[in-house]
This record gives sequence, C-alpha cells and structure tokens, in this order.
Amino acid sequence: MAIHVGSPPLEGTSKARTVALTVNGEGVELRIEPRVSLLDALREHLGLTGTKKGCDQGTCGACTVWSDGRRVLSCLTLAVAGEGHEITTVEGLQDGGELHPMQAAFIAHDAFQCGYCTPGQLMSAVALLEEGRAADDEIAEWMSGNICRCAAYPNIRDAIREVRDAAGGE
Amino acid sequence: MTAVIGREAVRVDGREKVTGSARYSGEIALPGLAYAEIVGALVARGRITSIDTRAAENAGGVAAVLTRRDLPAVNRVPLVPSLMGGPAPGETFFPMQDDEVHYAGQPVAIVVADSLEQARYAASLVEVSYAGAPSVTTIGQGRGDAYEPEKIFGGFMPARSRRGDARDGLASADLGVDATFRFAPNHHNALEPMTTTAVWEDDRLTLYDSCQGIKAVQLTVAALLGMSPSRIRVLTRYVGGAFGSKAMVWPHVTLAALAARHVRRPVRLTVSRAQMFTSYGHREEQEQRVRLGARRDGALTAIRHDKISVTSPFDDWAEPAFCAASQLYAAPAFEGVHRLVRGNTMTPTFTRGPGEAAGVFSLECAMDELAGRLGIDPVELRMRNLSDVDPNTGHPWSSSGFAECLRRGAERFGWDARDPRPGREREGDQLIGTGMAAAAYPVAFFMRTQRARARLYADGTAVVGTAAQEFGTGMTTVLTQVAADALGLGLDDVRLDYGDTDLPTAGSPVGSNGAMMVSAAVHYAAAAVRDRLVALAAGDPASPLHGADPAWITVDGGRMALADDPGAGESYGELMERHLMGDTEALGTWDPPPLDTPYGLLTFGAQFARVAVDADLGTVRVRHMVGAFAPGRVLNPRTARSQLMGGMLWGMSQALLEGTHMDAGLGRWANASLGDYLVPVNADAPEVDVELIEVDDDVTGPLGVKGVGEIGQVGSGAAIANAVHHATGHRVHELPITVEDLLPALEWEAGR
Repeated sequence: MAIHVGSPPLEGTSKARTVALTVNGEGVELRIEPRVSLLDALREHLGLTGTKKGCDQGTCGACTVWSDGRRVLSCLTLAVAGEGHEITTVEGLQDGGELHPMQAAFIAHDAFQCGYCTPGQLMSAVALLEEGRAADDEIAEWMSGNICRCAAYPNIRDAIREVRDAAGGE
Repeated sequence: MTAVIGREAVRVDGREKVTGSARYSGEIALPGLAYAEIVGALVARGRITSIDTRAAENAGGVAAVLTRRDLPAVNRVPLVPSLMGGPAPGETFFPMQDDEVHYAGQPVAIVVADSLEQARYAASLVEVSYAGAPSVTTIGQGRGDAYEPEKIFGGFMPARSRRGDARDGLASADLGVDATFRFAPNHHNALEPMTTTAVWEDDRLTLYDSCQGIKAVQLTVAALLGMSPSRIRVLTRYVGGAFGSKAMVWPHVTLAALAARHVRRPVRLTVSRAQMFTSYGHREEQEQRVRLGARRDGALTAIRHDKISVTSPFDDWAEPAFCAASQLYAAPAFEGVHRLVRGNTMTPTFTRGPGEAAGVFSLECAMDELAGRLGIDPVELRMRNLSDVDPNTGHPWSSSGFAECLRRGAERFGWDARDPRPGREREGDQLIGTGMAAAAYPVAFFMRTQRARARLYADGTAVVGTAAQEFGTGMTTVLTQVAADALGLGLDDVRLDYGDTDLPTAGSPVGSNGAMMVSAAVHYAAAAVRDRLVALAAGDPASPLHGADPAWITVDGGRMALADDPGAGESYGELMERHLMGDTEALGTWDPPPLDTPYGLLTFGAQFARVAVDADLGTVRVRHMVGAFAPGRVLNPRTARSQLMGGMLWGMSQALLEGTHMDAGLGRWANASLGDYLVPVNADAPEVDVELIEVDDDVTGPLGVKGVGEIGQVGSGAAIANAVHHATGHRVHELPITVEDLLPALEWEAGR
C-alpha cells in the first residue's frame, strides 16, 4: 500500500505534482516540485537522511543509491526520474535488525572516521561485489567515485576484501 | 583485569554511521523549517551600489530576502583561537554591516524560503550591482607592500623568533643550503558542508551546527549578538569532518541565527560546495625560504627560516612556519620572520597540521638536500642533530621518542637497503625513489579548565557527560574507554553523553589536544565516583571490604575486591543498595599546566615514502608510506592509527594534488568544486603502515596523552618530495608537485 507523505509547505503551490517512488521496497507518494532531486526528496521529504549531500554536483559520491540495483548519484537524478524504479538507500541495507556484512566489516576495519561519506561508500562497496569488480587490483579503481576526506581508503579496501572472501570469491 | 585503555575498541558511534541513522547538523527534522541561501559578492573588492530583491521576493515560497538593512549591528569580537576557550570568530570582519566588499563570496544577501529549491532559485534572482575596485589576492600582486606584523595566528604567536646568532652561524658553516618553497592555498573541504540550523523560542536560541567546538559556537554567537551564553544552547552530535575548518566560528553561523529571528521560524543555512571556498578560511598561499648552515660532520650551525604569505584585509593571520621547525634540531642559532601581504581573501585559518605541515616540509626538504651535499644518510643526519632539550628554551622534553621513531620507521620501511644516489632505480617506464622526513607537532596548554561528570547507577552502568564532541577523530570512543577504565566497568556499561553545551564545559578539541584535555577531565570524574564507593565500602562494617586500605581495592566489571585477595569483595550495586543509593555522581576537572611549564612540549615522528615517477608522463604515484610516531600513551591503537594514516594521506595530497588557484585578475578562486580542487580518491591512496611508539609523559595530564590528529600530516609531504628527488634527481620547490613541474626536467634528462 502506498503511504502518502505530505510536504506541507508545497501542498498549495501549483507547481507541485505527485511523484510515486519505491524506496527500500516501500511505495511512497510525494507532492513535490519537478525540480526536486532524488537526493533532496529522500532527505528533505522522506526523512531518509542516511544518503548524504557532499557536493550536489556529482563529484563526491556521498549520495550514491541504487536504482534497480545499479549505483547512481541521487544528486544528479531528478526524483521524477526515479518513478518506476526500485530505489535502495543505506537504510535498506540491513536485513531486519541485522547489519549487512559490509556494514559490519566497515566497523571492524575502521573504514570510516567522520562517517559522512560512509553510506555512499557502502552502497558502492556492495554494488562492486555484485558487479564482479572486486579483484584486488580493481577495488581501488572502482571505488574511486566515492571521496573519503578522512582518507580511510586502505581500511575501506580491507573491509571489501573481507566481505568478498567470506562470500567465497572475487 | 583486561585493560580498557589501549584496547582496539571499535567506534562507539560505528553502528549509527553505517546504518545511516546518525543525524548530522543539517538533518534535524523540525516543524516549520525554512531554508536559507547566501548570496555571495561577485567582486573581490568594491562597494555595493544597489540590491534589487523584488524578483527574488516574488519567486514563490520566499519568506524573506535579507540585506544589510535587515540586520542589526553586530558586535566586533577579537580573533582568538578557539582552543583558548572563549569567543572565537574566524575573522574580525562581520558581513552585511555596510556596503563594502572585501572578498569575493562575502555574504551580501540571504534568501529564506519554504524549500531548498525555492531558496536557491530565488537567490539567483537577487540583483546586486557593484562599483568594483582593483583587488590584491596573491603574493605576486602584493609582495612590494609586505609588512612584518607584531603577532600572527590569532595574536598568540610573535611574528619573529630567534635564538643565538643565525647570521654568524650561517657565515661560519662549512656548507650551506638555501632553498625557497612555494605552497598553493589549500581548502579543507570536509565532506559535510558547513550547516547551521537555528531555532528561537522567545529569547532563547538553539543551534545545531557542524562545528569543531560547541562551546566556541555558543560563546561567539553570544558575543556577536550581545546575548548571554546561558540563552544559547548548541547541540552537535555528528560532524562530517572538519580538519581545522570548523575550529573557528564563521559568519554563516550567526547569519543563520539572525535569519531565523527575522522570519520567526527555524532556519537551516547550508553552504554549497562552491561556497565552501568562501565561507571559512583556508591555508594561505605562502613562500618559505630556509637557509641551513652545517659543519662537515653534519652538525647544524644555524637555521634561518622566513615566510611570506597572504592574509585578509582585517587580521594578521599566518600559520606559524617554525614552531616545531625551530625545535626539531640542536642548531645553536635560529632566526625566523613572518611577513604578510594584505589581500582580498577571507582570514586564513587552521588547516590540518597548521604551520607545521608547510614549515616542517620546508625544513625537511632542505635537510634532505643538505644530506645529499654532505654525503650523509638522511636518517643519520637527523640522528646527529637530535636535541636532548628544547633548543629554544633549554628545557627537557616532557617526552620524546624521536630517535626511536627514526630507527623503527627506517627498519619497517627497509631504509637500509637504499642506494643513496638519485635516479638509479627503474622499473620499465617508472623511476623509483624513496625519501624520508622528520615529523613533529606541538603540545600547547592554551585551554582552560576542562570538566566532565560521571554518574553511576546502582545496576552498575554509568553515564559520563562532557560538552566535547566527535568529528571523526574517535574521541568519543576513547573517552568511553577512559571512563570505563577509571570506573572499573566494561566498555558496554558506559555511555558517553556529548555534543551539548548544557553538559560540563570542555574546550574545542583542536590542535591535536582533544584526547589529552578531555580524557583528563573524564578520568578524574570517573575516578572520583570509584574512589567514593571504594571508601564507602572500606568504612562499612557490613561490607566484606570493611577495614581494607582503599589503595588496595581494585574494581573490575563493577566489582570491588582486594588486589591481593580477589575473592573478598562486593559489587558497586550491592553496596549502593545497602546504602539506599539509586545513583551517585561526581564532577571531574582538569586544569592544564601553566603556559610556561618548564618542559619542551613536542610530539615526534618520522615519515618514509616510496614513489614511482613515470619517465615519459611525469606523473607521480606513491606506492607505500610508513610513519612512526610517539604520541605519548595510546588510548586506542585502532582509532589512533586511523587518524595518523589519514594525516599521512593528507600530506600526500598536499604534496601531489591540492591547490586552490586564484584568478588574480578577478580575485576569485578559480577551481571551487571537488571536480577541480583535487583530493585523493581510493586509487590515489597507497597502503600505509603506522608504527606507534608509546612514551611515558607525566606532564601532559594524568594519562600521558599527547595527540595524533595532525602529526600524521607533518613531514609526509616532505618524505614524498624527497622521494621524487631520489627517483628523478630533480627537486621541485612548489606544492602541489605536478606533471608540469617534472616534465621539463625529465625531458632534459631523456635528451641527454
């Protein structure tokens, strides 16, 4: 069942339209302007602030989410363009209360400091394994769309390798 | 008992950060929230002749467009570093008080609207007209007008420093080095943009602010607005990186509060990534000249170290080039002067390894050149110039470990196998080189009294509160460890409450001081609770510990027992229930030693790097870095290593990637985005080995902590630059080192 999430300030403006999204398996309807990015729809209208805004220009990767399992930059995606796609955010990584193995590995390997890039790193790291790009000499290159200003990169690579090896392969 | 201090505990806030449930300052949901957008000046110098706000006001959803006419007069507050515990504006200038423009990006209007999109669009419609004037924004433009200020660095460092007679020392040397280094400006670019959410209830103000010190924010906004600090509460739970940029309190924080008061709604002001280059200070453009004199045996006879850099129109700010650089070696003579050029930029500010990152870079590249000319191994040259005392004062070091860092770093790196001759090692197209440098960062007791409160419940769990905060350093994790250790509880039984100015006062964790100063207060608070209960048990006839000497009672897992007879004892809970105590709590305070404490106070380290330079393309890749550091006592090796590793990679980045480029004609930063201002990505970062060398220090507080936040960055760039020289035979004197710097030399070499 679709949940209606109101955005009170825009309710009365003529420019707002209804956008139906599927986020983390749940259908939601938003009244938003067409110019609202998927990132701002998630953060400002759905309360899903796990997805971060670092640059709003497609350069830092902090806003990485999945659209039908593919990683996309939600700051460069309009929310209306998300209609008809399965959007997954960091809040959708957990299975019930259980951390995803990649989340647990990030904690175990101290793969973050300030934590602001972490949701984007996690979405890329999990997708990387799905994409089959997790060979030792591939990880650094295929994780390079996600800036970590604290520079936890070596630890991020360790975490990804551990999850890859536990899953039995590259 | 398993030691809690020194354990590789995982971060206490790890789960919140990996699940996305951590709410940063720009993510607090509030009813009626409005969004503010700053309109920045398009010229670097001049006067605003008119502002037309009509189109913006009619753009839809706009609550207000504020210009200087809508703002009250704001108090002038001196620039004092936040470490000192008082108001700490980033610059003495406050915008939107008159029509003058002093730097590009200076706020000239603020739009407040119902949504982000509306605010941003309306801001683009504000029409500002200027009468522009010629600006100065680079050393090149202002060198002729350079001056020597009385003080620098927020007024707490003299601009000139000397010991002995440097002129004489240089003249009497067997050999000398004279080298000048140029550094591009750097912007911290924390991944979380600056953001402030302001909420007024009557005359009380609550701020959610992405900052390094909530007390500094509280006191600065209070001072600027003429309010009592008791009316301002700052709440900051998570901060998405800072690196010095959020240590001082910049104008947008107070502007958010004024905008919220104007529209009578909660207001969130977030600066854009482009505005991140004009909303807070930067590491200034600078040139440093180092002259070394030495005897044939390598002993330094004198060091002369001079710096020229660009500051703002308002403040005499330069990061000090030679705090650590004047203390590292036993040269009998030292002289250094900072000179400034007034430019149309914001006031520069603390940037990771402030002063030392560039100052030690210059010294250590010059030392490398000296080693080459003397034919002495670079590690050995440092060893021959070690000082047992602080050469500036003659006081003994509170602790050192410098020699051990040099030895163990060299060993772990495999330095002994090195052929000292440059340009000898080649792998296909790649020229391989290795380099090293010393690292050092000061310990300074500028902070005021630190406080923390510990409360123990009868069920054996505790809450410890302090107005400290976490911006990724791991401080909340180590403070939890320190509290658990002093209380004799397991880590899971202690919760740290932080990030709220209503909690006991703690200073801004800046200058690598956070762990040292706040851990001391937490330790004393927790120990006071433990001591009280131990004394109560020893004096209680009903306790199995009755009559015991409290000094011989230990606590583990919340159970008090005799050290030499662990069978005799009882839990905190049993004792407290008997005494009808639901809980007990204590305040812990730590007063830093006086500023003139008779010790040399420096954290030491040594850095090593291996690089590969492409002979055809001139690209530099760092293959491996090793850093050995002696930061006193290590509270948590896992988080300490991460801090040091991050710092070392920042040094790599300063050496090879980072530079904000000024368009001197326009007076505007030309590369204000993360696409154009290069920071390392995963593929840039080599494997990094960190060697921790613990040294006993009984001067820097009850736990002997010295700090790890900045020293990782100091010297790592120099090790890389020295490795580039070793690979190519060419010395680059400009940071960042780029292909353009190396290609001419490589082409010349190839054509030979």
